[in-house]
Amino acid sequence: MADIVSMAEAVAELVRDGDTVALEGFTHLIPMAAGREIIRQGRRDLTLVRMTPDLVYDQLIGAGCASKLVFSWGGNPGVGSLHRFRDAVEHGWPAPLALEEHSHAGMANRYVAGAAGLPFAVLRGYAGTDLATVTSTIKQITCPFTGEHLAAVPALNPDVTVIHAQRADRAGNVQLWGLVGVQKEAVLAARRTLVTVEEIVDELTPMPDAMVLPSWVVTAVAEVPGGAHPSYAQGYSERDNEFYAAWDAIARHRDSFQRWVREVVFA
Amino acid sequence: MTGTDVPPTDPVPYTADEMMSVASARALADARCCFVGIGLPSTAANLARRTHAPGLVLVYESGALGAKPDRLPASIGDGILARTAVAVVSVPEVFNYWLQPGRIDVGFLGAAQLDRFANINTTVIGDYARPTVRLPGAGGAPEIAASCREVFIVLRQSARSFVRRLDFVTSVGHGGGGGDRARLGLPGAGPTLVITDLGVFRPDPQTRELTLTEVHPGVDVERVRAATGWDLKVAADLRTTPAPTDVELAALRQLARSLEAAPDPAREG
Repeated sequence: MADIVSMAEAVAELVRDGDTVALEGFTHLIPMAAGREIIRQGRRDLTLVRMTPDLVYDQLIGAGCASKLVFSWGGNPGVGSLHRFRDAVEHGWPAPLALEEHSHAGMANRYVAGAAGLPFAVLRGYAGTDLATVTSTIKQITCPFTGEHLAAVPALNPDVTVIHAQRADRAGNVQLWGLVGVQKEAVLAARRTLVTVEEIVDELTPMPDAMVLPSWVVTAVAEVPGGAHPSYAQGYSERDNEFYAAWDAIARHRDSFQRWVREVVFA
Repeated sequence: MTGTDVPPTDPVPYTADEMMSVASARALADARCCFVGIGLPSTAANLARRTHAPGLVLVYESGALGAKPDRLPASIGDGILARTAVAVVSVPEVFNYWLQPGRIDVGFLGAAQLDRFANINTTVIGDYARPTVRLPGAGGAPEIAASCREVFIVLRQSARSFVRRLDFVTSVGHGGGGGDRARLGLPGAGPTLVITDLGVFRPDPQTRELTLTEVHPGVDVERVRAATGWDLKVAADLRTTPAPTDVELAALRQLARSLEAAPDPAREG
């Protein structure tokens, strides 16, 4: 059964130096507040896993929490570059960042295999691309039934997965709806899980297309209203597109980024 | 004015970017469903829905199937996509059940670099291990380019974007030329159309090399050559793209106004 705790307690308990950590949420429901908590707690040497690193990993990378990134698309959606990610890759600042780079389909299937308890996933992908030459976790296999050449990618099983959801009940059952991305797979693939939620309620009233993650696959739940900002939680908040645009200037220079860490993250 | 053969000396009441978006939207006249990348492809697909293709099904990799946004989405995960979609599915489902089996007619992609066989780079400029510019990476594009029945590509054209040799092959167009897609086991037809701010390109039926088939009004072939990093093939029956109509321009400008908060969506890969 999930423990209902504070976010600070949960991060202290569940996220450890050197861990492989997935903070998932495909544009919607990105666990931004949990990312800032990881920065505050000074975690180091993390392998960060996420399809779209987005602002949340730009922040963790710039703050020096990461030594490796496993991902498929690293931009500021609708705006341009992730400048802290680029600075780490192009100049090794604040530390070199190893990359393990896939396509969205490959990353999604790696989580599917992780959730299913299988060693790898198979997909029709990567053929002819240079991704297969720079990423050692892309291999070609032959279908034993048809002879078709297909791509194989290994399961992703993070030490800890963190997601943000709309709500949970007091037993720690988690409900989320709208664009649900790859969160179910990322949670089921992980050894430990933290879910931050907009609110904790007495009863989860049914919502159209909602997904429920039962309490017994969730390690900890923390109530963090607005915990996805500047991403959003459908039914609770709108995406703050202006902040995504403003992030471009904040993250563009090391000075302005470090000022943001001091004045916002450690406020 | 008929809308065709605008003399190059005429002052044009629209921008090259607007011509590119209108030409891109027109290309979706016959498609039933389109897998939409953000930025220029999303503008084109939404413009098509507002003009000649109201029934066009928009599929976004965030899981929105049949999204009907009444403004331009700011990102592929904009809430308006989920709220207006016929169905919302998970990301693994989008790729595994909808894209991979070939259920999508057209994949509409952008690119940072393109070569003469319409292969796409959105990964790095320079060496992969020590890049000059680290670009966002693949996203959904490699499998969109592989599995959609056909692929359209829209990008601004310059000698820096239309290059002789890609720094990195992120998504395969026609590989090294005719027959390569079949050799690689890629199920879709690959890129059948490339639209830029200067003109329109189609692959040669045999060699699959991109051939300039249309220039936009006011653009001459020499200008297109100067913005191409290889020895450009030009179709014998080169045509001029019909200029945007008042209706197309009004719809496009209304869409653009709906997203004034987000700067230059084309910079997204």
